[in-house]
Amino acid sequence: MIPPEDDALSQEPQEPHGERWLDDQAGPMVRPYVMTSGRLEPTRGDFDLITLVVAIGPEPEGEIGLGPEHLAIMRLCQQVMSVAELTGHLDLPVATVRVLLGDLLDKGLITMQEPQPEADMHDIRLYKAVIDGLRAL
Amino acid sequence: MVSEPSRRALDGRRLPTAVKIVIAGGFGVGKTTMVGTVSETQPLRTEELLTDQSVGVDDVSGVERKATTTVAMDFGRITMRDEYVLYLFGTPGQERFWFMWDEVAYGALGAVVLADTRRLKDCFPSVDYFERRGTPFVVAVNCFEGARQYDLEEIEMALNLGPDVPVMLCDARKLDSCKRVLINLVLHAMKVRGVGEPAALTAEAHQA
Repeated sequence: MIPPEDDALSQEPQEPHGERWLDDQAGPMVRPYVMTSGRLEPTRGDFDLITLVVAIGPEPEGEIGLGPEHLAIMRLCQQVMSVAELTGHLDLPVATVRVLLGDLLDKGLITMQEPQPEADMHDIRLYKAVIDGLRAL
Repeated sequence: MVSEPSRRALDGRRLPTAVKIVIAGGFGVGKTTMVGTVSETQPLRTEELLTDQSVGVDDVSGVERKATTTVAMDFGRITMRDEYVLYLFGTPGQERFWFMWDEVAYGALGAVVLADTRRLKDCFPSVDYFERRGTPFVVAVNCFEGARQYDLEEIEMALNLGPDVPVMLCDARKLDSCKRVLINLVLHAMKVRGVGEPAALTAEAHQA
């Protein structure tokens, strides 16, 4: 029997561990820095984990300079999505997704909403909305 | 604010603003369970790649020899009315990844520190962290089956918290219980930040 303290472990999301296979031929996952051409920082934007991103228009076809991961982001961002969600869906490290988002922002393909800075957390509407939302669960 | 171009997608839709609450506490205390209980979708996992670049800037003692390693965080989402989306982030299990905590705690509305009476001291680093950072937090004691039940007063005394930090019992598997904890946290955050008059909202929170 599983002892109760392992409860949290057994309920962790079912994400694949270790090597991820893109398809039968592709082999192990491409190293993250290859996707970003070795870049560690995005050219534009800070991209907090909860910065919300949405695509401007549909997924572009044959746009020069866009890799499959860029296109995957454009596909996911047809709906408003946070940076954290993108990394979760793409199974890519946050730093990699930030660089890719910077490229898309540069090309004017996405728009974003940064979260409220901590210093500005004095808007009572925010708290009321959160309390109402929690009650409605 | 509304007319700011970055707030609008091309179809004129205004983008919501994201808010986050951090769920912290020791290993195996039920952080992921709580995130999963209230999240509207299956919790997701985000991974940060630790590289040589972060070594030397951040305290990652113990992993210096490794070129890269990953730190994972589970999180969930709750869509709110009035243009807000709430994200709940479980902190990374290992407390040595403080730099990740900084990223998660930055801009957080508040934090829930989950505690287990059998290993109460496991929550102390989280309590210290949010106290130092000035992030509003509550302590929720996750009631595990089979664990001895303590009085809230006994726990409060053992935790040695400031008089204003709310401590409550909870069951991370139950939605109503998690809702009550989170609502109390939001009310506490309002009080700490001096926002509005939460008294009117408090009465209802106790019923939740």
